[in-house]
Amino acid sequence: MVNTVVGTDRVKRGMAQMQKGGVIMDVVNAEQAKVAEEAGAVAVMALERVPSDIRKAGGVARMADPRIVEEVMKAVSIPVMAKARIGHITEARVLEAMGVDYIDESEVLTPADEEYHLLKSQYTVPFVCGCRDLGEAARRIGEGAAMLRTKGEPGTGNIVEAVRHMRKVNAQVRQVVNMNDDELMTAAKNFGAPYEVLKQIKEAGRLPVVNFAAGGVATPADAALMMELGADGVFVGSGIFKSENPEKFAKAIVQATTYYTDYKLIGELSKELGTAMKGIDIADLTLEQRMQERGW
Amino acid sequence: MVKIGVLALQGAVSEHLNHIEKSGAEAINVKNPEQLDDLDGLILPGGESTTMRKLMLKYGFLEPIRTFAKKGKALFGTCAGMIILAKDIEGDLEEEESLGLMDVKVRRNSFGRQVDSFEADLDITGLDAPFPAIFIRAPHILSVSDHVDIVSTWEDRIVAVRQGNILATSFHPELTDDYRMIGLFIDMARKAHVPADS
Repeated sequence: MVNTVVGTDRVKRGMAQMQKGGVIMDVVNAEQAKVAEEAGAVAVMALERVPSDIRKAGGVARMADPRIVEEVMKAVSIPVMAKARIGHITEARVLEAMGVDYIDESEVLTPADEEYHLLKSQYTVPFVCGCRDLGEAARRIGEGAAMLRTKGEPGTGNIVEAVRHMRKVNAQVRQVVNMNDDELMTAAKNFGAPYEVLKQIKEAGRLPVVNFAAGGVATPADAALMMELGADGVFVGSGIFKSENPEKFAKAIVQATTYYTDYKLIGELSKELGTAMKGIDIADLTLEQRMQERGW
Repeated sequence: MVKIGVLALQGAVSEHLNHIEKSGAEAINVKNPEQLDDLDGLILPGGESTTMRKLMLKYGFLEPIRTFAKKGKALFGTCAGMIILAKDIEGDLEEEESLGLMDVKVRRNSFGRQVDSFEADLDITGLDAPFPAIFIRAPHILSVSDHVDIVSTWEDRIVAVRQGNILATSFHPELTDDYRMIGLFIDMARKAHVPADS
């Protein structure tokens, strides 16, 4: 097998490209994973608790019990993702050794390192990371993230932060694309972004990796809104299994993501879905309670 | 100009559209079955086959695509697209029907999980130099009928096939800068192309 290579950028980023236009759903057991797959999810995120329950529980949130991750991997044929704490090398290596398809180095869990993120380029498994602006996005790409997502504000059922982050990243990408070459280095300084990554963005006219929406998607219309704003796909965390009718809800979100400009259809899909998760106003969260502030 | 559509329900759609345009054909984002009437060829892209199958069924794509194939128009399935084209999907637990247009038996995720996804240089019938193939949680073909030509194998596994006007690969040409596979497909579509004034 002389001419075979695993874990290349193309293989890792390509995996995320295959997820485009799809919905990735948080699940806490095999039963939920099957509901997600049946509804048409492109992947599931195996967790011990969904973000809204992590908020309620408080304390330190860690990588899920490997038994849960394993159970979910056995239950479905679609890819399985799992979360490791920011900077927790060992949790990430354990998940990689288990054969998880994608790792989310996630601010939803309590960070293990308050200064450094994982050097994700060293792993064979691909990583997704959260971002609020282009600097954060470019630093994560620089470390080897193969996929991005907005941070939003997880577990709130409030889309406002995800909208803010998606708009900001895309506006800053447009700025970079329209810059002259001699302006890039100062932009790198101002954004806090690696120069090489900005150069790639300028040349390609877009981010070099897929960027999904996450953190607050609670309804089919929320998912469609994020697609309208330029998301490549959507993560739904607490939204689905905290709703009254998860099966119907999950199917509606999948279809709204595919046909995000078919407003008549989205109206139909949104009928009688039951109550969505309750939701939290961002102003009611102190700075310390905001998960998006985690990450550096 | 030859018109090639990409089924845009989920997956690597923009990569294929880009490849089509770079190869000098017209690229169409296909979200509704009525759009097929206008096309010479259709690509079923890579993505999640279970997701795509559900959406194809829900939005009425199966019969129109079968009719499209019967008319002699060209079809190209990459990865998930290959799975959807196969008549026989090993261990298939899905209740929904699939397209079933190629006389092949396919195995999903047959190279392992994502950590086993890989790149390799492949010899392909019709191309004079190896092709940089990218395999992502890829399927492979277990067996074919006499009507199917094997276009490429990797370590004794069938990874590219052609049956008349239908082409399928386990790997993702659209993730590379190599336009030779899409070139082969556009040639197939061109042969199916009937000029409007004839």
